[in-house]
Amino acid sequence: MTTTDTSELVEQAQDGDFAAFEQLVNEYEGLLYGLALKILKKPADAEDVVQNSFMKAMDKLSDLREPRAFGAWLKRIATNNALQILRRRRGLPMVSLDAATEPDEDGRIPNPEYIAEWSQDPAELAHRRDIRSLLGQALDEIPDSYRWVFVLRDIHGLSTRETANALEISQANVKVRLLRARLALREKLTKVLGDPQRLMHSTHDHGGSADADSLLNLYRSELQEVHT
Amino acid sequence: MKCEDILKMLNDYVDGDIDPEVCENLQEHLDDCNPCRVVVDNIRQTIELYQEEEKLVELPIHFRHRLHDRLRECWQQKHSDEAT
Repeated sequence: MTTTDTSELVEQAQDGDFAAFEQLVNEYEGLLYGLALKILKKPADAEDVVQNSFMKAMDKLSDLREPRAFGAWLKRIATNNALQILRRRRGLPMVSLDAATEPDEDGRIPNPEYIAEWSQDPAELAHRRDIRSLLGQALDEIPDSYRWVFVLRDIHGLSTRETANALEISQANVKVRLLRARLALREKLTKVLGDPQRLMHSTHDHGGSADADSLLNLYRSELQEVHT
Repeated sequence: MKCEDILKMLNDYVDGDIDPEVCENLQEHLDDCNPCRVVVDNIRQTIELYQEEEKLVELPIHFRHRLHDRLRECWQQKHSDEAT
């Protein structure tokens, strides 16, 4: 669906046309469900997020001034709702999720180990049932705090700042967690999808793994530069 | 530029959020270092694969019916309330 289509449907829905609203629901329901399921892991909770989000969108639709921003607006509603459920589940109504998450930014960033070119195109791989199950499994295996950042930043396109605000963590932490998530998922997927004929780990030395503290400092100094 | 520097700049390079001069140095390294180039490719493919998969997610069918019925009901309620 193009931005123009979306804008037109939003305007029609704002004028009271349910068929237009339902087309928007058709367009975004899978995306919201995927987002919520990847954050919360429980299908029943993901269903709640989808229903709550569309109910809220219906309620607040007349307040939306920029119809073309509907998708981003809806994702924001769903993200906030999913994180609310997460906080409630963890008994942390007002506290940052950060306090309750596992491995933090100490330790070292692991070097890539299994390095091999993939022989198939991601757009084709995505249609295979076994690959979709592999993707779910890989995401389940990384720490929650990395998974949330990867889902919001890489799958759903939130900016570093938006992700940091949603999760109530610093932008520097978003960057470090994103790097860890990307490296961990790359490693897991490449072990299955990498072409063993094109394996290239033997003589490659990255000169020691990067220190997470130095990365955090690097990101902090970058952010300072941005703000000064 | 060494391989370990690539790791530090991986995010910004993959996101295209990097100083052009640094980017040029990094590109030179990647041209000469196959493993680093493949790691960068793998990461881009990993992200693309998850994005492609997300587009194909469908609601469980029973929930989908329930959701659409509920939304229709609420819509009618809301608009009939507004009309009165």
